[in-house]
Amino acid sequence: MRRLIILGAGTAGTMAANKLRRGLPKDEWAITVVDVDEDHLYQPGLLLLPFGGPVAEDLVRPRRHLLADGVSLLIGEVDRVDTEANRVALADGQVLGYDYLVIATGTAPRPAETPGLLGDEWYRSIFDFYTLAGAQALRRAFATWGGGRLVVHVTEMPIKCPVAPLEFAFLADAFFTGRGMRGDVQITYVTPLDAAFTKPVAARRLGRMLADRGIDLEPDFVVDRVDADRRMLVSMDEREVPFDLLVTVPLNMGAEFVRRSGLGDELNYVPVDKRTLLSKAHANVFAIGDANDIPTSKAGSVAHFSVEIFVENFLDHVEGRPMRHAFDGHANCFIESGHGKGLLIDFNYDVEPLPGKYPVPGVGPFTLLRESHANHWGKLGFRWAYWHVLLPGRPLPVPTQMSMAGKHPQTR
Amino acid sequence: MAVTEINGRSVHVDDEGFLTEYGEWDEDLAKLLAANIGIDLTDEHWRVIRFLRDDYKDRGETATTRRVQTVGGVSVKEQFALFPKKPGKKMAYVAGLPKPHGCV
Repeated sequence: MRRLIILGAGTAGTMAANKLRRGLPKDEWAITVVDVDEDHLYQPGLLLLPFGGPVAEDLVRPRRHLLADGVSLLIGEVDRVDTEANRVALADGQVLGYDYLVIATGTAPRPAETPGLLGDEWYRSIFDFYTLAGAQALRRAFATWGGGRLVVHVTEMPIKCPVAPLEFAFLADAFFTGRGMRGDVQITYVTPLDAAFTKPVAARRLGRMLADRGIDLEPDFVVDRVDADRRMLVSMDEREVPFDLLVTVPLNMGAEFVRRSGLGDELNYVPVDKRTLLSKAHANVFAIGDANDIPTSKAGSVAHFSVEIFVENFLDHVEGRPMRHAFDGHANCFIESGHGKGLLIDFNYDVEPLPGKYPVPGVGPFTLLRESHANHWGKLGFRWAYWHVLLPGRPLPVPTQMSMAGKHPQTR
Repeated sequence: MAVTEINGRSVHVDDEGFLTEYGEWDEDLAKLLAANIGIDLTDEHWRVIRFLRDDYKDRGETATTRRVQTVGGVSVKEQFALFPKKPGKKMAYVAGLPKPHGCV
């Protein structure tokens, strides 16, 4: 029996396990998935939760129910991977041997890395929203908040779902407008980037959307510490941004066992070939989803498109055949802009987000880089597709590789 | 991609003035590039620049400010003091390397 171990049963790990279970003969391959807990969280739902959208029960399902028959789920914490011996040691002392290893342990917020975040004000006037606890605490705080300075802050790139903090600012504008108190809330968006977003065309459009909503932009701000007593964000070059309520996206890092095992870069991401996701150091180790270092968004759509490519390649690779498929860095992100509308952006390693129609050129129904109601409904409808189509590894009717059809290149 | 003259030498640069050919850079050129953005190079600057050059040679991409801190041993705060306001971009510019990836 050949043994495949997948570390992490999030979006990428679950999809990969289910697709590979169909592709690998059951009498030849054992597939084991390891995760620290039983709960699979629908992470896109965390964005809407603080504003009274879904509740926690809508967003969590047992990992076990999401994995195909013939995939074993083991609950345990990974202590380290020994790539010489091809073994995974768990914190409880179990040791698992493998022929192939897939690292899919994602990335997670690390508020402890920024001095001053995890003090008395954490979940009182300082919040994150990328965790269920943080999003729920923020929902309670917003319900009674009397207004003041709301600061939406990104610590350092890369972060999981890089558009989410912008969406958060847009949704906050709509939320407080809806409550009739927008005049009492001053919103500031603080980012280490030199603009609202990284890619030029999207950065211009999104920057304009901030301005249209009266949201101040504070670019090139690399936070050094949070002075919770004075309610002040302080930058590396001693600039200060005051807040009454801070919503921060803490530093994101990959799993600690990646560092302990000597498999990661300075943020614990596994260096891989960006076309195949094969580890640069080990020919029987892949890293998929947010856990690797490929230069595109850390996002569910990237996990989805890249796993499609990875599975095809894996089936060839384990039989000693060359990997014939190349991931192009394709990302596709809905951006909620408030008031029942949203945008959609679609890009890859080489092509920045452009305006146009998607996925059918000239028709849509989705509009790229421009607000529409259809885009918003696409985002809401995606939760159903996530549980019932994406995770089981069934095909979604969108192309895996990015297409230029229906897009309008911009002149600078 | 364009060719420009810096102190009588032809070098390839992108539309923001970052050198695009690793081999066209040398330490004399670094001093001129630094002067262009108002920086007088000290030993501390050189420590960062040499780290960036070596790291790029190994990995084929420009180190981020975090990598300069974790691997190169110069804290982000010091980098801000040495290359004010936009250390990531300025360090790459002076070291003759591509602008670091806008991490999306």
